[in-house]
Amino acid sequence: MCGIAGIIHKGKRANVGGEMTAMLQALKHRGPDSTGYAVYSEGSDPLDYVMRIKVAEEEDRRAGQGFHAMVAERVARVDRILDEHGAEVKSKEAPLEYALRYVVRHDGDTAAMAAHIEEDRGTEILSMGNRLELIKDLGDATTVASAYGLDRFQGTHGIGHTRMATESDVDIKSAHPYWAFPYNDISVVHNGQITNYWLMRREMERRGHRFMSNCDSELLAVYTAHNLANGMSLEESLRRSIEEIDGVFTYLVATRDQLGMAKDTMAAKPLVLYESDDLIAMASEEVAIRAILPQEIDTTDPYDEEVRVWQA
Amino acid sequence: MAGVSDAELRNMTQDERARALGMMTEQLTGKSLYVEFDPEAEERLAYPWAPDVDFNKRTEIDCDGKTTTEVNARIRELMAEGYGTIVLQNPRGKHSLGVGILSRLNLIIEGSTGYFAAGLIDGPNVHIRGRVGWSCGENMMAGTIVVDKNAGSTFGAAIRGGDLVCRGSVGSRTGIDMKGGTIIVGGDTGALSGFMMQRGRLVVCGNAGKNLGDSMYDGMIFVGGQIKSLGVDAVEAELTELDRKWLTRKLTQYGLMPEKGVDHFTKIVAGKQLWNYDNLEPTEKKLIL
Repeated sequence: MCGIAGIIHKGKRANVGGEMTAMLQALKHRGPDSTGYAVYSEGSDPLDYVMRIKVAEEEDRRAGQGFHAMVAERVARVDRILDEHGAEVKSKEAPLEYALRYVVRHDGDTAAMAAHIEEDRGTEILSMGNRLELIKDLGDATTVASAYGLDRFQGTHGIGHTRMATESDVDIKSAHPYWAFPYNDISVVHNGQITNYWLMRREMERRGHRFMSNCDSELLAVYTAHNLANGMSLEESLRRSIEEIDGVFTYLVATRDQLGMAKDTMAAKPLVLYESDDLIAMASEEVAIRAILPQEIDTTDPYDEEVRVWQA
Repeated sequence: MAGVSDAELRNMTQDERARALGMMTEQLTGKSLYVEFDPEAEERLAYPWAPDVDFNKRTEIDCDGKTTTEVNARIRELMAEGYGTIVLQNPRGKHSLGVGILSRLNLIIEGSTGYFAAGLIDGPNVHIRGRVGWSCGENMMAGTIVVDKNAGSTFGAAIRGGDLVCRGSVGSRTGIDMKGGTIIVGGDTGALSGFMMQRGRLVVCGNAGKNLGDSMYDGMIFVGGQIKSLGVDAVEAELTELDRKWLTRKLTQYGLMPEKGVDHFTKIVAGKQLWNYDNLEPTEKKLIL
């Protein structure tokens, strides 16, 4: 079933981490397997990048002996590659042993550096960007938020997801949001099923894009990244997806300063929308919007083939 | 059935109870189940265990801090105590509020609800002073539901009776599979409204999305605004004098009567070329489509 939510403040920053946590916790019943956040700060120096990586899955820990050594080895490898590419590590935190947050200063080809880091299949960059922080792990919203210290995150906008695994496994690599590798600051959450996934995936792979999971939602991130890299606007990409992607879906895309939504031709997956002058909030269910706006408000359901984009 | 007490009814099997209430069921060997009513039987409109409530006896429930189950259980307790008007405060988008109420009651919800609001009801008058999520009034048998703001998709799915009214706009697939009753939408409706409807009337004062009335078997759809496209086997029909009178009466009753009257409404019915009950061979069907 899955739950998705998004929020965008126009021209101001707020406690987006706390707001997204409240919204996603209200959607827990739509998907208790994993929770993910893509939240956006106002950004700092354009050469400073926040990189979130994971170097292991829960199943690796369960495998037993050698876990700590394996994690340490993979982290050391990432450090070496950053150094090779001339990236200066400004800070390095490990909220969890296998999930790290780097702030690096890099004046070069971030895509080549990201591809190098991901040559090891056990290491995945969850996100890289000037503003984006992507956090996802198993458990409900409050569990993930408190483990990663997310409930005080100040920013302009964010999207999030509570996952009920249907098409692929319960693990971090199948959890949303997806970062549009290797394009900075773009993330996607999705509720639905994509029925021409393999066809589209092969098409994207022929064009040189990489897939880390077998989750159909990852396709939307890759597809969006491909379109934006080819000069399309976010709105054009969302509109084209309704023509080219088959299945039932409602998905949200966030970029460094925009948030967009698209709904398939059958309007089979829900989304409730609240719009005011300075705040736009959307979620699979009204109950999530009420978690941050308890007062009486007017909300609407976007229709079939509806595409919207908002500016932060 | 006269003389059968509530206690006796409670101890019966479902089949015995149906017969005692005047319904004869006959299991056919074919596809369908026949349900017949005995015209000689005494009319009994309320369920045997329906509480005797007084509409002038009013109380409130604060939904904050309560689960949906607790709120719905509390409604039943209050009805058993004779309360006929119950107000739910602070619903805050909770799902399934007011479901399965099978007797007379004035239920007022002061705010917005989530999915399945007042689903499976048979008799109460429900007024929701906010918005509703998906599947409001699904499978309702009788009574009224009035929603002051917008509604989500599958508004009034499979309703069999009663009046379901939304003063704002609704999502997609409104009145999907409806088998009776009336659905009135003050604003617009989304795609595939009236999909596979079998009986009843769907009234949309604003615009309708694509594939309106797709695969409908029977029933009527009235649209006051633009229709994006008609679905398979949905055709336009002439608005009769009876239709005008009925529309005027219903829309006036709910305060949704347009200033310019009802003459501009378009009536959509089933073309009946797609019925499964015909003798057409699949190849012949293709010729029609």
